[in-house]
Amino acid sequence: MSDLTRKTAAELAELMTSKQASSVEITQAHLDRIAAVDGDVHAFLHVDTEGALAQAKAVDTKRAAGEQLAPLAGVPLALKDVLTQEGVPTTAGSKILEGWKPPYDSTVVKRLKAAGIVILGKTNMDEFAMGSSTENSAYGTTHNPWDLGRIPGGSGGGSSAAISAYEAPLAIGTDTGGSIRQPGAFTGTVGVKPTYGGTSRYGLIALASSLDTPGPCARTTLDAALLHEAIAGYDPMDSTSINQPVPAVVEAARNGDVAGLRIGVVKELGGEGYQPGVEARFHEAVELLTKLGAEVVEVSCPHFEYALPAYYLILPSEASSNLAKFDAMRYGLRVGDNGENSAEKVTSLTREAGFGAEVKRRIILGTHALSSGYYDAYYGQAQKVRTLIARDFAKAYEQVDVLVSPATPTTAFAIGDRIDDPIAMYKNDLCTIPSNLAGNAAASFPCGLADEDGLPVGFHVMAPVMRDDLCYQVGAALESALAEQWGGVLMTKAPELEVTR
Amino acid sequence: MPSITREEVAHLARLARIELSDDELDHLAPQLDQIIGLVGQVSQVAADDIPPTSHALPLTNVMRADENVPCLTPEQALSGAPAQEEQRFRVPRILEED
Repeated sequence: MSDLTRKTAAELAELMTSKQASSVEITQAHLDRIAAVDGDVHAFLHVDTEGALAQAKAVDTKRAAGEQLAPLAGVPLALKDVLTQEGVPTTAGSKILEGWKPPYDSTVVKRLKAAGIVILGKTNMDEFAMGSSTENSAYGTTHNPWDLGRIPGGSGGGSSAAISAYEAPLAIGTDTGGSIRQPGAFTGTVGVKPTYGGTSRYGLIALASSLDTPGPCARTTLDAALLHEAIAGYDPMDSTSINQPVPAVVEAARNGDVAGLRIGVVKELGGEGYQPGVEARFHEAVELLTKLGAEVVEVSCPHFEYALPAYYLILPSEASSNLAKFDAMRYGLRVGDNGENSAEKVTSLTREAGFGAEVKRRIILGTHALSSGYYDAYYGQAQKVRTLIARDFAKAYEQVDVLVSPATPTTAFAIGDRIDDPIAMYKNDLCTIPSNLAGNAAASFPCGLADEDGLPVGFHVMAPVMRDDLCYQVGAALESALAEQWGGVLMTKAPELEVTR
Repeated sequence: MPSITREEVAHLARLARIELSDDELDHLAPQLDQIIGLVGQVSQVAADDIPPTSHALPLTNVMRADENVPCLTPEQALSGAPAQEEQRFRVPRILEED
């Protein structure tokens, strides 16, 4: 048997259906891979060896008994540590939740379990998903498997690094401003932010409730679509869940025909501040799609330039409110409870000790933006800008089916480069933020390596609300055309990691 | 003149229930000043007659039938408590003495 960790999720499912491999074998192969490379990569915060093998064994037993199983049954997955899984440590990358074992499953986890997908463990992330590099994790930085001296992107850098290090074929991320797509771009993998409300937020430790969206990470477009289908759909436990059928994402990923599809290149997402190698790969991909029969035009979205400032008012405002629940009373860390200190003092001491610098920055910024006297100028005005951005999208979609841009202005940067420069860090998310503000579907697909540093570049596709299928359609077309040129998907060009025994 | 002073940051931290050391304040205040400079760009957009969007998609209130459904047991609910007593969360004193 060739190396099971190099297979796609779809291939692994096929191996199990045809009885050529068991889920226990496949799961064990990935656990071995984690043991061999995660010392260098640090994608995982917790590996649930026993739990994963038990889940795998249960799937094998059901299969042997002839039970009808879901398409991805028995395939292993890495779970971002921001989603609750009953009895498994869940930290959101924060010291304030160190050692917490949630008493319930998030909806995403419930659905993964129902589909027989094997959860290997929890992946590293920026604390409470605030960041673009995993450097804000309280548990150390994840390293990019393409170059261990570089960041893997964030906040879901652990999930994307896990799949690009072949530690798992699938992973779950969450995207509030780009936290699935930007790490996808930086690690040469696929990352999809579903339509807001298309996947459930129940059991997702909230950052900004009007923006947070769980979604799939994978090495191929089809794998991402299969995972998307497994986790998406209406959930009565999430009051903003959309009660409509899941878009036909798997069909779109299998079809991948862009003939006649109208594609708009967003004029404002390029030029100054964009790395030449990123722009070169992006424009080549656009040309390729044109050759495949897509109709490409340039589109202007004039308010996108204000998406970043609007986002950094809306997000901290919502976060300052959501994170108020970490008060040291019901769960998590408690500091200074000496019988003398008041509850309020204990809360303040706990939050000082338990939150990292970026979380403090954003809570204070959000508190400022919501304070009386500033509310209209900041939060209120940002909400108006949000309307204008949604209108830019609506107007563009009158002319085209999807919008495209680079996923990020640059490739992965060196660890430590931007850690003390919040604004440089925030600018990573220039291209991804507008889709969060408008709630539409968006995805990043690998489109090559930048000439100047040999690192992966992401191609960003933005589709209207509940047209997630269009992202997959474009991604699949691009992927198969590029794989033909390269003799395989981009990940096959990734350097081999050193294996420790 | 900075858009936010060190004293204002200290005040906001108190409102947000976060103790900050002098060192942290020295570090945070200038960073927040820069960030506020960035986010303040939203004021350049003429949007007086634009309605605000709090949420990307249209929202309606969601109701469910008032029926009993399984929920956490007291043991589960208390399983993460920093301290508990008599099947309740034990908290530090909430009133000042005298």
